[in-house]
Amino acid sequence: MTGLAKSPVFEALNRAASERILILDGAMGTQIQQLNLGEDDYTGHGSGHACRHHSDHPQQGNNDLLILTQPEAVEEIHYRYAKAGADIVETNTFSATTIAQADYGMQEAVHDLNVQGARVVRRALDRATAEDGKPRFVAGAIGPTNRTASISPDVNNPGYRAVSFDDLRIAYFQQAKGLIAGGADILLIETIFDTLNAKAAIFACIQAMEAHGRALPLMISGTITDASGRTLSGQTPTAFWYSVRHAQPWSVGLNCALGASAMRPHLAELSGVAETNICAYPNAGLPNAFGQYDEGPMDTAPQVAEFAREGLVNVVGGCCGTTPDHIRAIADAVAAYVPRKVPEYA
Amino acid sequence: MHERLLRLSGLEPFTLTRDIPFVNVGERTNVTGSARFRKLITNRDYAAALEVARDQVENGAQIIDINMDEGLIDSQAAMVEFLNLLAAEPDIARVPIMIDSSKWEVIEAGLKCVQGKPVVNSISIKEGEEQFIHHAKLCLAYGAAVVVMAFDEEGQADSFQRKTEICARAYKILTEDVGFPPEDIIFDPNIFAVATGIEEHNNYGVDFIEASRWITQNLPHAHVSGGVSNLSFSFRGNEPVREAMHAVFLYHAIQAGMDMGIVNAGQLAVYDQIDAELREACEDVVLNRRDDATERLLEIAERFRGEGGEKKREKDLSWREWSVEKRLEHALVNGITEYIEADTEEARLGAERPLHVIEGPLMAGMNVVGDLFGAGKMFLPQVVKSARVMKQAVAVLLPYMEEEKAANGGGERQSAGKILMATVKGDVHDIGKNIVGVVLACNNYEVIDLGVMVPAQKILEVAREQNVDVIGLSGLITPSLDEMVHVANEMEREGFDLPLLIGGATTSKIHTAVKIAPRYHKGAAVYVTDASRAVGVVSSLLSPTQQQHYVDGIRTEYADVAERHERAEAAKQRLPLQTARNNAYKIDWTDYRATAPRFTGTRVIDDWDLAEIARYIDWTPFFQTWELKGVYPRILEDEKQGEAARSLFAEAQEMLVRIIEGKWFRPRAVVGFWPANTVGDDIRLFTGEDRAEVLDTLHTLRQQVTKRGGRPNVALSDFVAPQGATPDYVGGFVVTAGPEESEIAARYERANDDYAAIMVKALADRFAEAMAEMLHERVRKDYWGYAADEDYSNAELVAEAYSGIRPAPGYPAQPDHTEKLTLFRLLDAEAATGVQLTESMAMWPGSSVSGLYIGHPEAYYFGVAKIEEDQARDYAARKGMSLEEAERWLAPVLNYTRKQEASNAA
Repeated sequence: MTGLAKSPVFEALNRAASERILILDGAMGTQIQQLNLGEDDYTGHGSGHACRHHSDHPQQGNNDLLILTQPEAVEEIHYRYAKAGADIVETNTFSATTIAQADYGMQEAVHDLNVQGARVVRRALDRATAEDGKPRFVAGAIGPTNRTASISPDVNNPGYRAVSFDDLRIAYFQQAKGLIAGGADILLIETIFDTLNAKAAIFACIQAMEAHGRALPLMISGTITDASGRTLSGQTPTAFWYSVRHAQPWSVGLNCALGASAMRPHLAELSGVAETNICAYPNAGLPNAFGQYDEGPMDTAPQVAEFAREGLVNVVGGCCGTTPDHIRAIADAVAAYVPRKVPEYA
Repeated sequence: MHERLLRLSGLEPFTLTRDIPFVNVGERTNVTGSARFRKLITNRDYAAALEVARDQVENGAQIIDINMDEGLIDSQAAMVEFLNLLAAEPDIARVPIMIDSSKWEVIEAGLKCVQGKPVVNSISIKEGEEQFIHHAKLCLAYGAAVVVMAFDEEGQADSFQRKTEICARAYKILTEDVGFPPEDIIFDPNIFAVATGIEEHNNYGVDFIEASRWITQNLPHAHVSGGVSNLSFSFRGNEPVREAMHAVFLYHAIQAGMDMGIVNAGQLAVYDQIDAELREACEDVVLNRRDDATERLLEIAERFRGEGGEKKREKDLSWREWSVEKRLEHALVNGITEYIEADTEEARLGAERPLHVIEGPLMAGMNVVGDLFGAGKMFLPQVVKSARVMKQAVAVLLPYMEEEKAANGGGERQSAGKILMATVKGDVHDIGKNIVGVVLACNNYEVIDLGVMVPAQKILEVAREQNVDVIGLSGLITPSLDEMVHVANEMEREGFDLPLLIGGATTSKIHTAVKIAPRYHKGAAVYVTDASRAVGVVSSLLSPTQQQHYVDGIRTEYADVAERHERAEAAKQRLPLQTARNNAYKIDWTDYRATAPRFTGTRVIDDWDLAEIARYIDWTPFFQTWELKGVYPRILEDEKQGEAARSLFAEAQEMLVRIIEGKWFRPRAVVGFWPANTVGDDIRLFTGEDRAEVLDTLHTLRQQVTKRGGRPNVALSDFVAPQGATPDYVGGFVVTAGPEESEIAARYERANDDYAAIMVKALADRFAEAMAEMLHERVRKDYWGYAADEDYSNAELVAEAYSGIRPAPGYPAQPDHTEKLTLFRLLDAEAATGVQLTESMAMWPGSSVSGLYIGHPEAYYFGVAKIEEDQARDYAARKGMSLEEAERWLAPVLNYTRKQEASNAA
């Protein structure tokens, strides 16, 4: 990546990050659920725009597809997050890779999903900025896919792999290229449960940036899924950081998982070792028996504010179960604290 | 606040902090460093291989080095498989991996399997900056630290000057052009052997230590590593002294800044505990403190040898002190590959052009080999080993020659001539051909080997395209004789005039003179007895001065041979078929009761134990393959060939162990028995014991030559009871050592090791023959059980002391190969064993044996020899073949000229 000219986003982002703790948006899923969309809405054959990509699979639940079939509704959610205080808003492209879209038979839509996914955020942010003059950034969201490159799905055959590094690299490259083409300012590799998947994504992002001719800020966010304090693929937070450090990311951090308070010790560990910005966006607590998140804005915000008080974070936001109200509450709660000081090399 | 430290990870992080003076990289999972690990990987025993890794981690290895660079292993696949399995073992995967290979593809495949931050071992500027930058960028994109060897376009750095220059250059490129984090760079400035007796080597220890110091002081944040065992190479066999040298060396190198190394931790002496005298002598050598340091260490070394030395006597390494030219010659004559790459590299550095190394010292060495071989002072296996040394030396030079060629477009090596070699269509046997190829290549001929089952058109096409000087044909089974005649016909028809060499087990001077030479007037067809003659024949054929004389001589000789043959054959009186039948071998069947086999129909046998098969090997033919003529075991004590035979035998045993332990072959067999009785010269097989329904018919051929003294004219059918006399049985079998041998041989060939390639094929053949012997014994004692109590030694088995025979179709007792079709049909042999028949009825894989079982105690092996047209007609009618087709298959045994043949020749 060295030798590649840096995108001007770096300067604006660094300036903003030096002044305050930046705010990332919250969950898409919860907001989409509230729209109560049916199969016809997902495909755009009822309301919205008919999808020009064909698939024999039902599309209900393919939230990423709404970028193409319900762009106004998606834009509205992004807009609400922007107005709630988000500086960085993620595209609705968590599953917009050929690997993840294979479940819906929608592989061919992947390029459009990413290009349009970035554009729809851009439109929402431009509207918000036109109103208040505050700069905002589009983060192209790159999810983990539904396969693991370093874990065998077959217990009897531990050497087997359902997906290879190259499969992932190719799929991620396509996604990253689409996001950049659609105008993403940042690439955000998130919810990493297998670091090898993330390394393939990093490789692909480097390739896509080289193809683009400009380096974009890269945000990397892992997820610690159980009480052992390790990623699903078994790494400690420090080992995880060492594995992705070569990407020289603009930020590293944690998201999703067990909610803010369970995240704190791991975040503290990362904050202690990573010589870059730290970003945290937890769930609104643990899901209840119905898969819903019970923490209200005033439950989550104080926990996140605690991260800020301890000087652990540079960027905060919300993951599953969070709403624009959560984000507003978080933004308000951390406004009083200075951002973590990024360590420099001796 | 954050230091630039090397930070690696497995499942857990590893940081090379200042508190850690030296990182010991585990080397037990390195196939080049650990014989045990190599064996486990070649055997695909990954479970045990993982245990090796686990032990290392449990014993405190902070990083484990994984290397799969072995000629016999698909290194890339093994690397991927092992890393994937390792990822599922959290107690191993917790430490970082060092992905170690000389092949970039293997490294890259490995990088795609590890989620942690590994170390790549290694990259270098050896192939130029562009390649170096490319690899470094990829290492960065995959997220790996790198070991950088002090190796550039000029070669490996040996002096302080070169080491530091190359490291400084690499550092600049990595940090400035690639953006590589300096703390992720680990330099390996090459540890070389000291105390070799060569003055220039004396300072190698100091050069490394000082280079380490320089790197630490001048290349911020970079690390220094090295493979320590090289240092004490000249003291191999004296472990206590080696350990002391390593300890002393590390003591100083670590102080100078070396902070990582591949060391066998179990074999490292503690600096302070080394005997003071030995320590000082080692220090003198390592630090090059006195001119006589080597002599002094050598003097006292014997005293410290201890138990370690008893294991293996030190080899005489005095030749290592000779000039590089003499060393190359010594290595070639003695077949020593151990030092050849380093010596060739040294010669190259001293030569104006890489080609000069080939044309100079290497060819000079091969000429010595050729002379010794010609004088009968060297034997074929030794020559093939010399060829292996030569090939590996040339492989070192080739990249430089290509580079030179790319740079100024010239510099083709002048070969003595181009020889095209092929095993003809329908035949799969190639050991002899490969040996001839090696011997010719040794003598500076360029050999184009088209492999096996090569159609005539392909041979001619390549001959024309490549503008070859000679064509050599090989074949083992009798139908190949006809195919060779066909090739000769085609050469004549297409106007070729190149010399045509004929060789292989069934070929002969007579056949070449009678059947091939007369079809090829434009050029010379020459029979080559064995590999040792090939060079003489080819050089005569290609010599402008001798050529005409030589060819005229051959022509005269062959005309004479053909004429004498014709006269001799005419003089042999042959009997009309009916008369021969009347003189059949007569067994008295009245009181004979054949033992009924334990089962009828077929049975697949796949529970073969390679070690058990090996005990049945008849070694005499093995030595014949290598053109050592004599009977085993006497040949081992033979005055002339004994030494070569012993060494060949020892190496064969070594490979045998690897074959057995590595389960390289997967032998299979099928055996069957059927109720049978003869009708005339045919053997009828029946579907059931009631002998009502005929299952199939085996056809036999009868001797027609006039016999004296009441001796019979035998056919195989004479040994089976005639219909109506008494119930009898016949069996059949196909055994194969399996198809693995050709893949293994191919891998050896790719690794420039023809010696091992030929060895593995020769052993596969022996396995198949031994299986046939072993199966026959089981048949006699158990499956058929007519000799349940027999108890013969191996020598007696070889001497065929037992009762009953197992004649093979295509061999003297039944020269018709097409009987294999019947046998294969009866046994469903292809499905049962995977053995296939080619269009010439050769069995593929080549290491396969088939035959019938005849159980009568009076049955014996015989040769049908030549037959007359009356029998050919009768046989064709019995088989339901046209006469023409029968004649084609029986061509080698026909005592008359076929009509078609006659018209062709006209």
